[in-house]
Amino acid sequence: MTTKLLLAAFATTLMAGTAMATDIKIGVLNDRSGVYADLSGEGSVIAARMAVEDFNAAEKGINVEIISADHQNKPDVASNIARQWYDQDGVDLIVDVPTSSAALAVSEVTREKDKVFINSGAGSTALTGEQCSPNTIHWTYDTYALAQGTGGAMVDQGNTDWFFITADYAFGHSLEEETSKVVEAAGGQVMGTARHPFPGTDFSSYLLQAQASGADVIGLANAGGDTVNAIKQAAEFGITQAGQNLAGLLIFITDVNALGLEAAQDLVLTESFYWDLNDETREWSERFAEQNDGKMPTMVHAGVYSGVLHYLKAVEATEGKVTSDLMSTMKEMPTDDPLLGEGRVREDGRKIHDMYLFQVKSPDESTGAWDYYELLATIPGEEAFRPLEEGGCELVAQQ
Amino acid sequence: MFELLGIPPQALFGQLLLGLINGSFYALLSLGLAVIFGLLNIINFAHGAQYMMGAFVAWMLLTYLGVNYWWSLLLVPLMVGATGIVLERLMISRLYHLDHLYGLLLTFGLALIIQGLFRNYYGVSGLPYSIPAELSGGTNLGFMFLPTYRGWVVVASLVVCFGTWFAIERTRLGAYLRAATENPSLVGAFGINVPRMITLTYGFGVALAALAGVLAAPIYSVNPNMGADLIIVVFAVVVIGGMGSILGAILTGFGLGIVEGLVKVFYPEASAVAVFVIMALVLLVKPAGLFGRTA
Repeated sequence: MTTKLLLAAFATTLMAGTAMATDIKIGVLNDRSGVYADLSGEGSVIAARMAVEDFNAAEKGINVEIISADHQNKPDVASNIARQWYDQDGVDLIVDVPTSSAALAVSEVTREKDKVFINSGAGSTALTGEQCSPNTIHWTYDTYALAQGTGGAMVDQGNTDWFFITADYAFGHSLEEETSKVVEAAGGQVMGTARHPFPGTDFSSYLLQAQASGADVIGLANAGGDTVNAIKQAAEFGITQAGQNLAGLLIFITDVNALGLEAAQDLVLTESFYWDLNDETREWSERFAEQNDGKMPTMVHAGVYSGVLHYLKAVEATEGKVTSDLMSTMKEMPTDDPLLGEGRVREDGRKIHDMYLFQVKSPDESTGAWDYYELLATIPGEEAFRPLEEGGCELVAQQ
Repeated sequence: MFELLGIPPQALFGQLLLGLINGSFYALLSLGLAVIFGLLNIINFAHGAQYMMGAFVAWMLLTYLGVNYWWSLLLVPLMVGATGIVLERLMISRLYHLDHLYGLLLTFGLALIIQGLFRNYYGVSGLPYSIPAELSGGTNLGFMFLPTYRGWVVVASLVVCFGTWFAIERTRLGAYLRAATENPSLVGAFGINVPRMITLTYGFGVALAALAGVLAAPIYSVNPNMGADLIIVVFAVVVIGGMGSILGAILTGFGLGIVEGLVKVFYPEASAVAVFVIMALVLLVKPAGLFGRTA
């Protein structure tokens, strides 16, 4: 009798054990050596680890292992790593993946293997538009939101004629296209475009063409080191002094840091996160900076944290890691975290939250290290992102 | 108003001038490579990393010690050149009796290590380095706004290139050097210390790369990848000019800068590959390069 009871008790614990313990493997796939290594890179791994710790995953019976790799901003490298991770290494979730062309490739592999991909680093709206996938969530920002934010603000100030300097790959094209729509909708016009190879170093030729076009605004549809060099060289060629404005359509806080406030002051930019926004973001960012050589997080890092946190909540809620259950739970459950605030995940995979319009402070206004932005406006999530029906996502059409 | 090739002449002149400016970086860097290859027979793949070190050392001198740009122009080539001398003595000199490939692999490995170290310490976003006050501003030439600093880069580069060419081709020291590469034992028999001359030559080539790095620091952000981005183009320049030809390196450097500038106007997407297309064409017609001597 006692033996039977003991056996039964043992069996129940075993079952309870298997039901409770879930092993999750998260792969952080991003640029760890090239132009986007500072805005994603190791910082994204730190952010993912912080999400696991803050969620108390271990106490909740969720064992999380985090691995990382360098995709060198190349789509072929990215999809090879993703395939290997899913097939051989048992990865359940891939996060980050800056560089739109690489992100689109990973999204396809993830759909094929029926796993989950939460993108924080890439910008192309194709991820939730014509190439949307039931397995992908586009988390932090996208080119539509950037165009609405920075593009809209510049047009409101009366800058209607634009010239684009565009990085020649999926992200640059997408950003140029979305911003052109905003400009044309406001009655402005696009006077010309120069598409440069990615990454580039010398932008003087394109800046000279932009100057000759006589446009009010030179829109920089590129990112990272490309934008930094273009802004530096625009100052050198006296472009802003001569009355033309620069619009950096995607500028991260690490770029402002690289430019220095002298060169970056007055730039208007759109982000979904700034470390100095409120008490909660400050507290988190200071913990982050301690582990990141004193460097503050970018919105990509914040998005990785927020995305991993939401994923872990879904794992807890579904008590397992069946992809379809996780995806539907993540879309049903409202999102809420200290960094990106309240929001939701839409059926096309677009994460909705507020975006912010910032202006870079002048050296006199800045009171210390990393004190760079002044908040100009908050763009409510429902206005910041592309309306559901305009994206052309097949997941939406089905319903 | 007339138009040349579909673009207004003003824009065309502007682009030609910009090409000349970029060409001066190509010329300075390929000059150093050509000196090292022509006289030492070493394919110095660490050249890009040494250029990057030049920019970084200038930034460090300014940030940590307050040493200004002008002193950096003098000190940085000496400091980085000295690291080149140490490198030559400790490692490269052991490879002279081996195939070219060993030197290439050694210097390539060194380049990766140097870049990795700088990337770990300073990240990839780059560091700000301002244009010195004396050279800020610019002049309106009518067809374009020429930043004073860029004009200075062209002048400085022309002077250094011509000076180097003159020293190697027209002076007694240069004659010794050239003789030493042809027949080291004979030159040694005349009482000339050939190994020391070779060491100093490598140090000089490295110093040229570092000088280009200091000149580049205020224009491009000081970035661990700046050398890696440029080195492949510079190698193409050296190959087109003819491996080891000093004059070839200088002229091709400026010429390709101009060609690239024009491609950026007519079809920007192709600007990154234009140099390599030219390289392929030149090698088909003249395998030794434009100014190279066929052995």
